[in-house]
Amino acid sequence: MTVDIIPNRPDVAIHPDVAIHPRWVRVCHWINAIAIFVMIGSGWQVYNASPLFHSLQFSKHIALGEWLGGALLWHFAAMWVLVINGIVYVTLGIVSGRFRRKLLPIYPSEVVADAKAALTLRLSHDDLMHYNAVQKLLYAGVMVTGILIVLSGLSIWKPVQFQELATLFGGYDFARYVHFVCMLAIVGFLIVHVALALVVPKSLRAIIGGR
Amino acid sequence: MRQRKIIPGVDAKLLIKDAAKLMPDRTRRGFLRGAASLGALAFLTGCDIIDGDTAEGVLRKISAFNDGAQAVLFSRTKLAPEFPESALTRPFPFNAYYEEDEAPEVDANDYLFEVTGLVDNKKSWTLDELHALPEVSQITRHVCVEGWSAIGSWQGASLADFLKRIGADTSAKYVWFKCAEGYSNTIDMPTALHPQTQMSFKFDHKVLPRAYGFPMKIRIPTKLGFKNPKYVVAMEVTNTDKGGYWEDQGYNWFSGL
Repeated sequence: MTVDIIPNRPDVAIHPDVAIHPRWVRVCHWINAIAIFVMIGSGWQVYNASPLFHSLQFSKHIALGEWLGGALLWHFAAMWVLVINGIVYVTLGIVSGRFRRKLLPIYPSEVVADAKAALTLRLSHDDLMHYNAVQKLLYAGVMVTGILIVLSGLSIWKPVQFQELATLFGGYDFARYVHFVCMLAIVGFLIVHVALALVVPKSLRAIIGGR
Repeated sequence: MRQRKIIPGVDAKLLIKDAAKLMPDRTRRGFLRGAASLGALAFLTGCDIIDGDTAEGVLRKISAFNDGAQAVLFSRTKLAPEFPESALTRPFPFNAYYEEDEAPEVDANDYLFEVTGLVDNKKSWTLDELHALPEVSQITRHVCVEGWSAIGSWQGASLADFLKRIGADTSAKYVWFKCAEGYSNTIDMPTALHPQTQMSFKFDHKVLPRAYGFPMKIRIPTKLGFKNPKYVVAMEVTNTDKGGYWEDQGYNWFSGL
């Protein structure tokens, strides 16, 4: 069992025994990856049945389930995996103090400085133990988006039983737009996230094996 | 002589045919292909997911589990939000698996609403008799399984009152509805007894037009649109789940809102 201890020294090599990502983070990450893949793919197929924007339809080749009924079966199966795994992840993240240590505080000035450094390819990825300000913002942001997409999804699924929640999202019809925009945000995050994991392969190794 | 491996007593071809029957024609192959691409991603490792009917079997079991979860979430007293007249969607959309000009034309004079199953009084009802029942009204949101919604105004009789009137066994599990064109739905008894579940004879205070289900639609604002049968000609109170047109093809059975 690995223990998540933040060393004061950023150089991981000095602490070869400390995992960059403890096992629970890695397990939750990959379960989430599968669940989100199924949710987005089937969600696109569901969207096609009644598009919010007439000019936007998702190709059958990238949508999951082939028809509305099949897509809904996938969507309402994977939702349990997504939500249960998400609750475990967020609970452990808060209780263990990992979110506080890794993601907070986020200073706008640092975000701007690190974003500039990233865009000019001068941002260091030597120390995987510490997130830069842009990473902190993106990871915290995608978590908030994840919570919003689940809650707006509940509003669409149960606009009578959870009508108070649906009202919070501006009613049934508006909740569909919220759900859609959250999906766009997550897809946008995933593009950056996966691209950077490929640019910095050791980060991929860390989320698989821990080191 | 070449021999194929077979499982004794199981005709593999028939088995696959049976499983595929559960899907509408043009979508069958594609649905299975979707399952296969997921298999490539090693989702549910160890399961024979490339075999489409296995994937479908798992998904159908989860869908059945979701029926139970929704029954737990369903409140017998929580009402669907009601709206003012001004919120009505005009024109209210016609929606079915066929075109509007193919919708059933029910003759009001010949019409008889058949009541069978676990009820004391199995008499059939004429339209005049049905129209004489105490009127209730609602302006609620119709939510389609496709995602769109529309607000409509329906008037008719409370189904809960009608079930009491005919001496239905309300401890039975289901109420099944049959429609003029062969469409059908089975709903759970708690939903049948919900105060807003209505035998609708009017839309926006005018006799239901053909497009909206003349002479009777079962309006259930706590269920998706496809669980609101139109052109209803018969009802059975039963402990057997008799399924339904879309439910049998893969839409979730409970489909509660």
